Amino acid sequence: MMIFYENIRLALFSLKANKMRALLTMLGIIIGIASVIAIMTVGNSLTTTVTDSMSSMGANNITVGLQQKEQEEEVTDEGMSFEGRKPMKTAEESDYFTTEMLENYCETYADSIVALSATETLGSGQILDGDLYANVAVVGTSLGYFAANDTTLLSGRMFSEKEMNENAKVVLISDKAVDNMFEGDIEAAVGSIVQISVNGQYYNFTVVGVYEYVESAMSFSSSSDKDVSTNCYIPLRTAKDINHTTGYSQFTVVTTADVDSETFAEDTEQFFNVYYRNNRYFEASAFSMASMVETMTDMLSTITTAIAVIAGIALLVGGIGVMNIMLVSITERTREIGTRKALGAPNSSIRLQFIVESIVICLIGGILGIILGVILGIAFADFLGTAAVPSIESIIISLSFSMAIGVFFGYYPANKAAKMDPIEALRYE
Amino acid sequence: MDKKAMIELHNIVKRFYIGTPNELEVLKGIDLTVYEGEFVAIVGASGSGKSTLMNIIGALDRPTQGTYTLDGVDVIAAKDTELSKIRNRKIGFVFQTYNLISKTNAIRNVEMPMLYAGMSGRKRVERARELLELVGMGDRMRHLPEELSGGQKQRVAIARAMGNDPAIILADEPTGALDSQTGRKVMDLFHKLHEEQGKTIVLITHSPELAEETQRVITIKDGCITGERSGTGR
Repeated sequence: MMIFYENIRLALFSLKANKMRALLTMLGIIIGIASVIAIMTVGNSLTTTVTDSMSSMGANNITVGLQQKEQEEEVTDEGMSFEGRKPMKTAEESDYFTTEMLENYCETYADSIVALSATETLGSGQILDGDLYANVAVVGTSLGYFAANDTTLLSGRMFSEKEMNENAKVVLISDKAVDNMFEGDIEAAVGSIVQISVNGQYYNFTVVGVYEYVESAMSFSSSSDKDVSTNCYIPLRTAKDINHTTGYSQFTVVTTADVDSETFAEDTEQFFNVYYRNNRYFEASAFSMASMVETMTDMLSTITTAIAVIAGIALLVGGIGVMNIMLVSITERTREIGTRKALGAPNSSIRLQFIVESIVICLIGGILGIILGVILGIAFADFLGTAAVPSIESIIISLSFSMAIGVFFGYYPANKAAKMDPIEALRYE
Repeated sequence: MDKKAMIELHNIVKRFYIGTPNELEVLKGIDLTVYEGEFVAIVGASGSGKSTLMNIIGALDRPTQGTYTLDGVDVIAAKDTELSKIRNRKIGFVFQTYNLISKTNAIRNVEMPMLYAGMSGRKRVERARELLELVGMGDRMRHLPEELSGGQKQRVAIARAMGNDPAIILADEPTGALDSQTGRKVMDLFHKLHEEQGKTIVLITHSPELAEETQRVITIKDGCITGERSGTGR
């Protein structure tokens, strides 16, 4: 143990004696570790951001939509068809989910479903009143939409069942829109009639409530508060009536907390595919938000790991540099090795001395690399507009990895030193 | 004379093989006994085999045949790790070129053999200090080898050789790189260690004058001991 401490002291000593050389040798390790840490930090912060924003959309949600069926290989007159390629087809009104299907679905799974959220987008438009305007996206929604998206009502009320069923011209607008149209006076907004222009048509809607606008973490909005576009919600049927549609291309299901969303997604898929058995091109597909988050996270971490592995090659090159300099060092110190052996140093302690020296180089390089990597990672994450999350895990891994490099690339030179013939070594000029 | 034998070499032969036909016999059957407390000189011209003999006495090399007992320990039978231990505890080396570890101060250099012997830090420092004072280097303990003169370096090296209180001090041309005046001082130090501490000292040299100072002069030529007589003293 004593010899071990002495070896660390010796190693630091010999580094101090060759500062420039030590620094250059460490550079490989520093760059390698720093890039790994920086990449991991950025990757982590991206993953966290994506996961957070996706979870905020509701972890218990299941999104149901249409997807094209896998088709059997068809030999066409056109001759060559690329394997795996299938002609893209756009879903038509007749392919959509019908109101009847949804009602059946809700009845069948009444115990598991909290709300059903479907939307019908009218398009971008403006609320107008003389010189005043507010940019909006007009979206028809079911009542379940608000449950699925955790919408907070600041004033007024949601749509009533009656309004939903009777295609009432009522609207929920955001507090941002209130800022633009009513100088922020929410109470004045509720109950007033606004003119909405969308797709070249003008509609009069009664404001029944004001909701709190939440900026999406993923949107890099550059527009000013004045021009920011917020959703304004109208009853689903009202929107469908305006668009002259009846079917739904996709919808979201909010499940009760005790339901396993992935199993429920499978059940849902099976339920709807009964209707789509005879549809030539389409079938239903359901994803739980949880599995989407997982897929996204998996993908991001795969990319991060892949890039980190590439950065790891720099570490390997750094390690070879360490081995090289250790070989130079033992050649320079041949007489010292011979002397130590003559004074009674066993081979094992000569080996230990040089392995420790190599570990110390790599560890110092590793620590400097971690510091540099964290700084780079934070700067880069800041540039991307996400909060940096330097992972303790990656720091510990890179520290032990740099130590492992020290042992691995230090062993060969150290062993060479240990096996030197003391007589030859003492005679070395 | 009923003294304890420190070094007992019997029929030591050393051959080097430089390709099968070129067998080179450097030592041709050496018999030598050195007793405790003796100051012996081994003299010989270069190429006489005295360096090889020194390597064997110093447990750095193994003879091709023969027996060697050092302070009661069979050196021939020892494994490599045991040889390290023998070098560490029983032999104190003094080299012509001092061989102090560079960038390491005097006291650390003296501590080195004690470190390999596993002596605790405080004891080590204490003993190293004592030894440096003994060789008259008490005021230069923190100096680096680069800051010391040749004679001073050699005195530090002698202190280092004494570290584990070895059975023998094996000095290989200790004054070879020094001018006659400093060489004289180093020789005086050996005499002091011999007389005051009762150390067994084997001095390897090619200088007949230095050899004369010792108690016994052994002449080696072409791998054989050709002469043995008492030294004339200083």
